[in-house]
Amino acid sequence: MIPPTRWLPMPVLSLLLLLVWLLLQHSISPGQWILGGVLAIVIPLVARPFWERQPTIKRPLKLIHYVLRVLKDIVVANLQVSRLILDPRGRMRPAFVEYPLTLKENFSITVLASTITMTPGTVSAHLRLDGKTLLIHALDVGDIQALIDEIHERYERPLMEIFES
Amino acid sequence: MLDSILEGVIALTLIAGGAFAFIGSLGLTHLKDFYMRLHGPSKTTTLGVGCTLIGSLIYFSLREGPVIQELLITVFAFITAPVSSHMLAKSALHHKLKPDPRTRGNPIELQSERPKHTLEEEPQGDSPLP
Repeated sequence: MIPPTRWLPMPVLSLLLLLVWLLLQHSISPGQWILGGVLAIVIPLVARPFWERQPTIKRPLKLIHYVLRVLKDIVVANLQVSRLILDPRGRMRPAFVEYPLTLKENFSITVLASTITMTPGTVSAHLRLDGKTLLIHALDVGDIQALIDEIHERYERPLMEIFES
Repeated sequence: MLDSILEGVIALTLIAGGAFAFIGSLGLTHLKDFYMRLHGPSKTTTLGVGCTLIGSLIYFSLREGPVIQELLITVFAFITAPVSSHMLAKSALHHKLKPDPRTRGNPIELQSERPKHTLEEEPQGDSPLP
């Protein structure tokens, strides 16, 4: 990891911004490098108050594995939700589930909440102020405890290993 | 030969994208309460947009050399969609919108002595609109 300095409080974010800028402009002319460079320095400085601290990725390989798994789950989730919507009998078993969080850091909780929203039949609805419970709305769930266990095993444990362990 | 295979792939992604977007919108009208309706746009429509963009990515990569913007749009759509649906759900909980009676679980956010609003009679301002 590149150490943060005063003018580059979040070096990885700056690098990403420059890369995204060049890709969006679809050009690598010197002017775009300069403009992208200025943006890559100014945006993190302006956005700094909103960040708590830069998340560190401890296991990059696990992260790639996690992203692939989530992409696959997104497709599966969509087929499931489509089936539920198209089912004329409308046999849905919606439920509010209170999910006990074991993640501690805000960034990894955000990633988990977004993952839950994109994957099978669940939308994260509310994070209680104490940061220990995530309220999830599920579209069709039989066994609530099984859902909690599945989220824990499938998403929360890998995230724990990637960002916090 | 390769061109026609790729054209088939493009057609497939476009059709899948359109179908997913349609099903998501159908869910928006068909499902019973606000929280269930949230599932359609947050998942299905996002994948619909994603599929369409991937199709566009392949098509323009074939005609005008590699383009990457569509991939970035897809990534940003997938990053931002969960956040917006989370905020919508949060505001619905704040307004204590009543869930469908079949919904199990009674979160503390929805319990109160305040009268609950049903979906049909949403709270209006104090003064009626002109």
